Amino acid sequence: MSEKILEVNNLKTHFFINKGVVKAVDGVSFSINKGETLGIVGESGSGKSVTSSSVMRLIPTPPGKIVDGEILFKGENILNKSMDEFRKIRGNEIAMIFQEPMTSLNPVYTIGDQIAEAIQLHQGLDKKEALKKAVGMLEKVGIPAPEDRVHEHPHQLSGGMRQRVMIAMALSCNPELLIADEPTTALDVTIQAQILELMRELRDEFNTAIMLITHDLGVIAEVADKVAVMYGGRVVEQTDVKTLFKNPKHPYTAGLINSIPTLEGDSGRLEPIEGNVPDPFSFPEGCKFANRCPFATDECMTKEPQLEKAEKGHDVRCHRWENLDLKK
Amino acid sequence: MLTYIIRKSFMAVPILIGIATITFLLNFVFVPGDPVRIAMGNHGDPATIEMIREEMGLNDPLYIQYGRFVGNIFRGDLGISYTTRRPVFEMIMERLPATAMLAVSSMVIAILLGVTAGIISAIKPNSILDYLFMTGAMIGVSMPVYWLGLILIVIFAVNLNVLPVGGYGTFAHLVLPAIALGVRQAAHIARMTRSSMLEVIDKDYIKTARAKGLSEKVVVIKHALRNALIPVITVIGTQLGYLLGGTVLTEVTFSWPGVGRMAIDAVNRRDFPLIQGTVLFLAAIFIVVNLLVDLSYGVLDPRIRYD
Ligand SMILES: Nc1ncnc2c1ncn2[C@@H]1O[C@H](COP(=O)(O)OP(=O)(O)O)[C@@H](O)[C@H]1O
Ligand code: SF4
Ligand SMILES: [Mg+2]
Repeated sequence: MSEKILEVNNLKTHFFINKGVVKAVDGVSFSINKGETLGIVGESGSGKSVTSSSVMRLIPTPPGKIVDGEILFKGENILNKSMDEFRKIRGNEIAMIFQEPMTSLNPVYTIGDQIAEAIQLHQGLDKKEALKKAVGMLEKVGIPAPEDRVHEHPHQLSGGMRQRVMIAMALSCNPELLIADEPTTALDVTIQAQILELMRELRDEFNTAIMLITHDLGVIAEVADKVAVMYGGRVVEQTDVKTLFKNPKHPYTAGLINSIPTLEGDSGRLEPIEGNVPDPFSFPEGCKFANRCPFATDECMTKEPQLEKAEKGHDVRCHRWENLDLKK
Repeated sequence: MLTYIIRKSFMAVPILIGIATITFLLNFVFVPGDPVRIAMGNHGDPATIEMIREEMGLNDPLYIQYGRFVGNIFRGDLGISYTTRRPVFEMIMERLPATAMLAVSSMVIAILLGVTAGIISAIKPNSILDYLFMTGAMIGVSMPVYWLGLILIVIFAVNLNVLPVGGYGTFAHLVLPAIALGVRQAAHIARMTRSSMLEVIDKDYIKTARAKGLSEKVVVIKHALRNALIPVITVIGTQLGYLLGGTVLTEVTFSWPGVGRMAIDAVNRRDFPLIQGTVLFLAAIFIVVNLLVDLSYGVLDPRIRYD
């Protein structure tokens, strides 16, 4: 069996705000093996970022709090570690890149300083050696003239270049797990493709496990091995990529797949899921998707479905999965 | 950057000429009377007075006096004081160290106090310390400097008798005036630092810094503070005029022998050249410090280019 690098069990991250409790992540479980890429997909507001921030322990507290569950990194629950202990892992064995390359780098420091900072911290190199390594990393992520670029400030770089810098920074300490929260969403299409290609290359070179968060199933199809589909703070379907696209069992997944624009442009088939993710205070009592689901029954309105094993390695959270044929 | 400094310096010239003109004219509006007679009291004999008037060029037509006045300024000649008969420039230079010491130490107090309080308030918003600091800051910004000065004198000099009432010479003499002058600045800086830090701490690059595994101390001091200080510099810049005025008031309150007090004495004695000289000098200082504030943006923020 391949070795589990990350295992999240029954994670519950809630936000306690004036209006009430936002159960942003409410009982999420998944795992990632060494070198594997797990895609987490779902519409905006489904709890993807909160999930990834929880693994990095970056949830702003207050108002947020991880109220239940465990996050096992190489078998150890990071939630039981002190913050000082966890800081040795964060940025070192687990690294993260974010959605907004334009704002994710500190405008007042050179990119070299910002990359070298992590290297100095975790690898004990001095500033000069760390800067040299930073140049090497910039070269690896395809930044031209890295010896010059290393002295530049973020505002001198384009969005795509900045995301490359973020990737260089994240990979500079050779992490075993890379969390990428919508790394290409803010970039235009050609740059998106380049960044995804770069991530694939580096993953193969460093054998890094990746938790790739996106609202775009197209991105999942390109890079992921396994997929977890999230809706309303829960995983509603989870399986390997091939199975998910060929044989989706949850109506929400099927809806997402149908709403991918195809290259041929046969817009007749493009059916975006109607409605929006309801705000967390007005989720239906039963299945959270019931108010948008074309197959909803009375049972769906009142009783919440559990995550069931439909087949080996294929979980689905729907009362009616056995009776629905969602294959294309 | 150098060209920027030079250009800014040239831009200061017309401003200085403008101020010189105003001070020149103000003398005739607000200080009517024969300056020499005022300076000598009523016991100079008319022949001597006439001689001094002639010697000082006070009998020349106004435009000649004005031209001479402006021309001399650019040669560093601010004229001769009526009361002491010494060059004004020399008198100012004599008083400058005292004023500089007061202004700089009050600014140091203001920055240390203000930035520290602002950071603590921002990293623990709505905590007891935050309320304490921000209430203090609110009182601080609304307290007139001479009033605070008098209160400090009453408490520490008169009642507790631990510090001198006024005067100059030792560190003990400096404490109360520097605090009196620094508190308002500190209050402004604390408020701005707090709000600026609160904004910066939510930025994406702070999340990036945390995600690297840096300690909170490094995140706050290295990554957040430098960004947060950029608007704080603006506050310091807009408060410069106040600092200048506050220095004058503080010097008077604490009998501090600086340029400001000399200016007030000069007004009381109707010592025209000394009034003109000190006003001009303070204006020049204001311009220079403003330029320094301008340049300090560039030190903090690499996005700023001076060209
Ligand atoms: N700091 C916060 N305070 C309150 N609610 C939050 C906070 N961060 C996220 N949430 C809520 O958690 C839910 C999930 O958000 P998120 O994980 O960002 O979604 P996404 O899947 O788009 O990344 C949303 O309803 C959001 O409003
Ligand atoms: S449980 Fe019911 S409402 Fe929910 S997805 Fe399945 S069919 Fe639709
Ligand atoms: Mg998100």
